[in-house]
Amino acid sequence: METLLQQLINGLTIGSVYALVALGYTMVYGILGLINFAHGDLVMVGALSALQTMMFLMGVAPGMSPIAMLTLALLVAMPVCMMLGFTMERLAYRRLRNAPRLAPLITAIGMSFLLQTIAMILWGRSYHTFPQLISTTPLQPIAGVFITPVQIAILITSALIMVALILLVTRTRVGRAMRATAENHKVASLMGVDTNAVIAMTFVVGAALAAVAGVMFASNYGIAHYGMGFMPGLKAFTAAVLGGIGNLGGAMLGGITLGLVESFGAGYIEDLSFGFLNSSYQDIFAFIILGLVLIFRPTGLLGERVSDRA
Amino acid sequence: MKNTVVAIAIMGMGVSFAQAQEVVKIGGVAPLTGNISHLGKDLENGSRMALEEANAQGIEIGGKKVKFEFIGEDDQADPRVGTTVAQRLVDQDVKGIVGHLNSGTSIPASRIYDQAGIPMISPASTNPTFTQQGFAGVFRTIANDIQQGTAIGQFSVEKLGAKKLAIIDDRTAYGQGLADETEKAAKAAGAEVVAREFTSNNATDFNAILTKIRAANPDVIFFGGMDAQGGPMLRQLKQLGISAKFITGDGGCSPEMIRLAGDGINENVYCSMPGVPLAKMPGAAAFLERYKARFNADVQVYSPYAYDAANALVKAMQAAGSTDPAKYTPEIKKLNFPGVTGTVSFDDKGDIRGGAVTVYQFKGGDWSAM
Amino acid sequence: MNELVAAVPWLGRRNPMAARWLIIVLALAAPLIAMMFGRSWVRVLDFALLYMMLALGLNVVVGFAGLLDLGYIAFYAVGAYTFAFLASPHFGVHWPFWAVLPLGAAFAALAGIALGFPVLRLRGDYLAIVTLGFGEIIRIFMNNLNYPINITNGPQGINMIDPIVLFGWDLSRTLKIGDFTINSLYLYYYFFLLCVAGSILLIQRLQISRIGRAWAAMRDDELAAKAIGINIRNMKLLAFSLGATFGGVAGCLFGAFQGFVSPESFSLMESIAVLTMVVFGGMGNIAGAVVGALVLALLPEVLRDIAVPIQQMLFDRVLLDPEVLRMLLLSLAMILMMLLRPVGLIPAKARYAHPEHLPRKKEARP
Repeated sequence: METLLQQLINGLTIGSVYALVALGYTMVYGILGLINFAHGDLVMVGALSALQTMMFLMGVAPGMSPIAMLTLALLVAMPVCMMLGFTMERLAYRRLRNAPRLAPLITAIGMSFLLQTIAMILWGRSYHTFPQLISTTPLQPIAGVFITPVQIAILITSALIMVALILLVTRTRVGRAMRATAENHKVASLMGVDTNAVIAMTFVVGAALAAVAGVMFASNYGIAHYGMGFMPGLKAFTAAVLGGIGNLGGAMLGGITLGLVESFGAGYIEDLSFGFLNSSYQDIFAFIILGLVLIFRPTGLLGERVSDRA
Repeated sequence: MKNTVVAIAIMGMGVSFAQAQEVVKIGGVAPLTGNISHLGKDLENGSRMALEEANAQGIEIGGKKVKFEFIGEDDQADPRVGTTVAQRLVDQDVKGIVGHLNSGTSIPASRIYDQAGIPMISPASTNPTFTQQGFAGVFRTIANDIQQGTAIGQFSVEKLGAKKLAIIDDRTAYGQGLADETEKAAKAAGAEVVAREFTSNNATDFNAILTKIRAANPDVIFFGGMDAQGGPMLRQLKQLGISAKFITGDGGCSPEMIRLAGDGINENVYCSMPGVPLAKMPGAAAFLERYKARFNADVQVYSPYAYDAANALVKAMQAAGSTDPAKYTPEIKKLNFPGVTGTVSFDDKGDIRGGAVTVYQFKGGDWSAM
Repeated sequence: MNELVAAVPWLGRRNPMAARWLIIVLALAAPLIAMMFGRSWVRVLDFALLYMMLALGLNVVVGFAGLLDLGYIAFYAVGAYTFAFLASPHFGVHWPFWAVLPLGAAFAALAGIALGFPVLRLRGDYLAIVTLGFGEIIRIFMNNLNYPINITNGPQGINMIDPIVLFGWDLSRTLKIGDFTINSLYLYYYFFLLCVAGSILLIQRLQISRIGRAWAAMRDDELAAKAIGINIRNMKLLAFSLGATFGGVAGCLFGAFQGFVSPESFSLMESIAVLTMVVFGGMGNIAGAVVGALVLALLPEVLRDIAVPIQQMLFDRVLLDPEVLRMLLLSLAMILMMLLRPVGLIPAKARYAHPEHLPRKKEARP
């Protein structure tokens, strides 16, 4: 029972990070039909620029309170990622909007490598320790079940951000413009929506989420590295497709589901498969689930029927 | 004034002509990109330093002064790239190789070096099959998985009192090989393996498998893998309230491991390293200092082994009085000199003889030999 | 071949016959030229030929049939492992090359169908992500199937794979004719060249056959293709399995050439590399796949040689290691190529309609 609850906590924590990253993917995909492979690497940039800020702050103001330091780090990391997201869109993706569909995909993959390489030049090849400003000393709400304050902070922050995002998309003018643009660029622009601005806005919001996810990820595990974003990014994209791409609620559901599947899967697959499979298959649960969902429900868990979309 | 300058310049030229230095190229291969590139750079630095020191000493081989030139290549930890760079080094007429890091690149590359008749000494590839291919010029300065795994398994049972052992590996050739040997040795010594879990060499989250291990309640957890995973794994062990003893191999026996583990590391953490403790070797402390001064970085894992490997090549050339691989390769087998990781001498297959393994315990902020 | 001929700058249009001979002479003389720079370049060319075969096969799936496949390297892996199982000490079986090659191709084709069936209904980016997953699944299974029963030898890989032996003639040995010796690398080069030439002929016939035209129709508009009576399901499965066959053959050749296979060789990066070759050269176009593979297989190796001297000349010191520069240039090449010339180096001829001439489907949506 403790094990079950513990796996639930593990799954929820990693799942909410996936969910935050998946939101960025799904927003961009919903509006442009583009898999922004570089989105996962924005997570890395967020974590590393926050790390840089913290190192700087620890140098100039060693006595600063951890919360203030974390906030300042976020306040630097988010604009850095937002600028980067904006630049990517402006310089590369915007020009490719009417190109054959493989072109933006290849560009995005190239962009991902480019970000990793630049990060490698700037921050070196080694793994960095990331200051864990929120305590990682575990609490025991139930005997035998451990949860750390960082994990609690991650769960709360991501829940808050998700609610805020949903409010942004459903209740504000910008959100309405986003939805209109996602529905149909041309018609939206005929209706007076500045679609270019809306698309840029989407990238910027997505990038900000990635920065937060990066800081959460790095705080939880205490490390940062130039290649840390790629795999979580890929899984987050899988989560977005799983939930129904282009659908915000779907991305969250997909992210959490994926986190839980990985966690419970790694924990129980050996018993379930009579010892034939084991935790070495943890990394492909995402893809197997994805395959199954798409075969039986090609639009994902919450996706609406999308007609002939290629 | 002008004349003096010219005169000095002419003298300088005269000196270099008089010596007629022979340039001897030594190839060094390791992954310099990708997720273990920090260890690759570490390896490269070790061999580079050995050759630079040999040059500074002004070594003579067969009565001729030689200058060693280090040629570093990146094999990206990819077998295909490994064979391509191996061929490149052969083309550049290198006389010996220090590398590769991964067994997965060393094995296919060794075939190419063998065809070209060039000896290779790997300071890092621990897969037993590497030296069992029947190639005469293949050596390693690090104990293989069997030697190290046996030592870890026995230590866990006899010294740490493990009755129930949990084993994790990172699904690389290195991690899996070491884990399998450790499992065998531990079972032979009477322990029970209560959990066998797996992760990958780019994972950061181990909570799920650690939770599963916690349910099996082991006394000792062994991890076969590198420091980049081992460090975060220690943090997560603490966060999950697991207090079992933890032991890992040479891939986790680095300062990097301590740094990455943060507050997750304590006196319950052990690691093993092939060779004799650096502190006990004459000249090892000086080696560490010189390394730090030269590269402005700490020794990670493989640079001492690479340093010994490069020195082994140089010493064999000196003994043979020739830089011709065909002439000096047999001399490598006869070597016996004190390196920084222990006495360097090879058995018939090319494995390091003796293959002493030292276990270290985390104590007072650093690894201390037991 | 005709496309390749037309792609020869200047000469191609004026004198196709001369261009054709130029290509043949270049292909035959390439290893001799490469040898002047060192034997490693012959090895690089050998691998470039393998990549050409992969690019040609992937081009069938992506370029002809319009099915975006990000897990193509899985078929390469299936081929390589089939060869390793049946011709190495691992299981102690040493079947002859001619017996294993068709099996490798067949298994890869089966894997292609296995992938094709579940994804029949998926399109575009969905297809991309599922095929990517498929590639990873295959790699991870190869990496893990040594426990509880040892099938693939796991991450240790399979070593000492038999070389290619043609009618008792071992390609891995230096050939001696009198005083004249031919290095094994050349032998492999010419054998691989023969395989690539065969693939080109086959794919060329395929492209202009009924099947090729059906693929083109399906790629350009699936609904319309269905309406004129093309069996979409069969055509898709055929594209996946035929494309996979080339991957499987290339995998067999790779396993035998390298003598060692391990899961590290079949990572996602390799899939992306092959896809980049196809796109870089020009999709839906044989010449594009060939040229793309050649350029992108050679580029990293050229960089290794020139990166350091050029930087020393320009800045007097080495700012970026060659390996960092390689990553930087490759990623920039991918981005800039797509921005400046998205149809690739050699655009496909508009003999059949191509998707790049159509507006994005997004806007065409009702």
